Amino acid sequence: MISIEQKKARASKFATRNRVNSLATVLALSAMAFGLFWLFWILIETVRLGIGGLSFATLTQMTPPPNEEGGLANAIYGSLLMVGLATLVGTPIGVMAGIYLAEFDRTGWLANVTRFVNDILLSAPSIVIGLFVYAVAVSPFHTFSAAAGVLALALIVIPVVIRTTENMLQLVPAGLREAAYALGAPKWKVIISITLKAARAGVITGVLLSVARIAGETAPLLFTALSNQFWTSSLGQPMASLPVTIFKFAMSPYENWQKLAWAGVFLITLAVLALNIAARVLTRSKN
Amino acid sequence: MTLTPSIKPARSGPMADKIFGWAAKSCAILTLGLLVAILTSLTISAWPAIDKYGLSFLTNSVWDPVQEEFGGFVMIYGTIATSVIALLIAVPVSFGIALFLTELSPSWLKRPLGTAIELLAAVPSIVYGMWGLLVFGPVLAEYVQTPLQNAFSGTPYLGALVSGPPVGIGLFSAGVILAIMIIPFIAAVMRDVFEVTPALLKESAYGLGATTWEVVSTVVLPYTKTGVIGGIMLGLGRAIGETMAVTFVIGNFNQLDSLSLFQAANSITSALANEFAEAGEGLHQAALMYLGLVLFFITFVILSLSKLLLSQLRKAEGAKT
Repeated sequence: MISIEQKKARASKFATRNRVNSLATVLALSAMAFGLFWLFWILIETVRLGIGGLSFATLTQMTPPPNEEGGLANAIYGSLLMVGLATLVGTPIGVMAGIYLAEFDRTGWLANVTRFVNDILLSAPSIVIGLFVYAVAVSPFHTFSAAAGVLALALIVIPVVIRTTENMLQLVPAGLREAAYALGAPKWKVIISITLKAARAGVITGVLLSVARIAGETAPLLFTALSNQFWTSSLGQPMASLPVTIFKFAMSPYENWQKLAWAGVFLITLAVLALNIAARVLTRSKN
Repeated sequence: MTLTPSIKPARSGPMADKIFGWAAKSCAILTLGLLVAILTSLTISAWPAIDKYGLSFLTNSVWDPVQEEFGGFVMIYGTIATSVIALLIAVPVSFGIALFLTELSPSWLKRPLGTAIELLAAVPSIVYGMWGLLVFGPVLAEYVQTPLQNAFSGTPYLGALVSGPPVGIGLFSAGVILAIMIIPFIAAVMRDVFEVTPALLKESAYGLGATTWEVVSTVVLPYTKTGVIGGIMLGLGRAIGETMAVTFVIGNFNQLDSLSLFQAANSITSALANEFAEAGEGLHQAALMYLGLVLFFITFVILSLSKLLLSQLRKAEGAKT
């Protein structure tokens, strides 16, 4: 039998444990609310101020001088062109390297070192990539150019695509490969028309995520593609891009520039979130 | 006879296989070469500054492009101070979020909430920067900085930490915005490693009458601690390398006059973003390249550590199950 004192002591200990638990629960709940609060605040302000700055002229006119009417047409075009080209350059290299890691060399030293280096590149500060491209592609030619911007963005695409391609290829069941080999298909054929095809949705997801990542990248473009007030399609010249234009306009004291910057931020956020959601839908329907 | 057409491609196999294999291998080697190329080219570009200042560059706080004298201490201090502020805020919040998502949330809410947090990670940093400068900065100045100043104005040390004009620009604002940026990263990693804990262990603890908090603090956390630290390091790497969110709000001020957190300051990344395109070729550019090299080195060490810790967790997981 337990005495009354013991009962009391147990009850009070139990109460303390419960109190600590409720406190932890409340704190966890508020942490969750805290996280969501920022998401909603940022999204609401972006939409409110972004739609306020958005008009038809934003999409059709060039970036204006201070205090004049204008739009973001050349910046949007520059962003689309550079992001598109960088994806075209970076994707094949990333996919091939991913294939090497998943199909040719899963455990060798070269694969392990590549995996390690790739993880470092994946989270390396993007401004350092910009410095590197400046040193190898801007400084020797004495001119800022869109081509250098494309190179910088492509270098950011590659590690993202390598990582997702490798992960997705490793999910393909070995039985599929063995069945193809048993039918006499050579290795390259097995990889291209069996494993890569089976992992297609995942690989495309990786590409979409990398596009979303570089669409908002500013730092690597600051001293590679620089910016340009005018419309240009020439890769040998400085080219405007949406993020760099936003940076320039948002830091300025001119009201019309700030308004355009908000419109630009709205467009970028919209594009990036849409790409992310598309990537999610793609992988989920596959599962 | 009908087999002939299918034999032909098999014969062309070995050659095509070799070419394909080499193409794949060279792409992997290209990635490796990239890291070497980045290190080499940064070192070569930074050489004039490395040659002139050596390691004293890291402790010299004079940055004067006009007199051609450069020291990186102010920027390195700014980078470290903002990252520390960011971690102090982000780690407890991320832990709470991960705890909520793994143990408390009803299962129908887990997915949408997890997605929302991951979307927060996808928002480009320039959006955080502009929002921080034009929306959040003024709010922070009025409702956080001014009250803090009023509360601590007479206190030694703390008073010095919060002195300066409360305008929503400086180390403190940059740290807070970095915290908002890295919360989703750290929370996502913590959630993933918490889910690694075998259900059997947790259920045993619950079965003995442990509360949710006791299960998390005495079962889940000890089991996953290397992974949790790895996740925190990953967030730290992000914070140190982040450019745009910091550049907007740190104030780009190259002197270190006081210890105040509300003072405008500078970080490695924002110095690069602001000065590099305008810097003439020569010592100024070399000094900025040196800063870039220091930044790359710091993130390299932190990321390697985080990867090591996370892979240790994975090994332990393999051994125990």
